[in-house]
Amino acid sequence: MSVSQKIVADLVANNIEFITTVPCKQLAGVIDEVEASPAIHHIPANKEDEGIGLCAGAWMGGKRPAIIMQNTAIGVVVNTLVTLTQFYRMPLPMLISYRGELREPVACQVEMAVHTKALLNQLHIPTYHFHKEADAAELDAILKYTFMCNKPVAILTDASFWGGYGDQ
Amino acid sequence: MIRSDVLRDIAPIIRDHLVVCNIGLPSQELHLIDDQPSNFYMLGTMGLSSSIGLGVALAQDKKVISIDGDGSVLTNFGTLPTIANNVADNFILLIIDNGSYGSTGDQPTYAGMKTSLTAVAKACGCENVVECQAEDTGRVLQEALDGNKMTIIVCKCESGNIKVPVITMDPVVIRDRFMKTAAG
Ligand SMILES: [Mg+2]
Repeated sequence: MSVSQKIVADLVANNIEFITTVPCKQLAGVIDEVEASPAIHHIPANKEDEGIGLCAGAWMGGKRPAIIMQNTAIGVVVNTLVTLTQFYRMPLPMLISYRGELREPVACQVEMAVHTKALLNQLHIPTYHFHKEADAAELDAILKYTFMCNKPVAILTDASFWGGYGDQ
Repeated sequence: MIRSDVLRDIAPIIRDHLVVCNIGLPSQELHLIDDQPSNFYMLGTMGLSSSIGLGVALAQDKKVISIDGDGSVLTNFGTLPTIANNVADNFILLIIDNGSYGSTGDQPTYAGMKTSLTAVAKACGCENVVECQAEDTGRVLQEALDGNKMTIIVCKCESGNIKVPVITMDPVVIRDRFMKTAAG
């Protein structure tokens, strides 16, 4: 089982049926698995705040949601996380590619990487960081925790976790 | 007719359905006119009424009406292609287009100038887009509900506000009673 298949299997096992995604090169494999899963309604979003709005609606309509996005999106969604997800106390697992970490080839990605954990910390968002493939073993517990406490929870997945950037 | 007149007109039509209402004066006016547990009032997050409403509609079978504004649709234009490409026939997006940012002091929006939200919605691929005058909103909305097809209604009305109190209900209460209605 690939790591992407394992992630999607954990999402499905936790009854997550509604997933919005904004693509990232690193997340391409897991997004393909989400799209292929008959248990998941996959809605690609044009922007991450729109995606979080869709997730809020899906949860109020009775389906467990999740969003898959890049860490640069943290810069887009602060207001939505605070005044929608947190203010109304809604659960939201956020599977986030953590660009700008070790092995990153694009310098500009580092500029947002250095703010990522600081922003999540400032927002009091429980944050987990997957650095090695074995770290994904915690995903099941993280998802259960998210729907137990009705909070947005961040799962940062860096380049080392995904196996680097190929030749770069 | 201004937005509050439109809301007064449609209140008897929407009260038995799930309603997601735009931030600011639209929610405050609907709350004053006809507060219902089936109303989700947005207290923050401008622009996401249509996204939240589509999410609710895709997750369950009851009819959902998102009440949005021209300014809010302009701030979340990406929502229209998402709606067009993820059809939920239990979803109606009602854009009350008064050509201004009502809640912030009636500054003009581009929707009141050269930009047609009706044309934009059609260009994004939305299939049932109806533009109407304010007085016809109730009839058009009832037809859309009876038609069982996802519909975007662009209601052209005058800008202007009435004096309304802010909503002091706790957000978790708003959300909880809305969810109970949706599940009921
Ligand atoms: Mg307006």
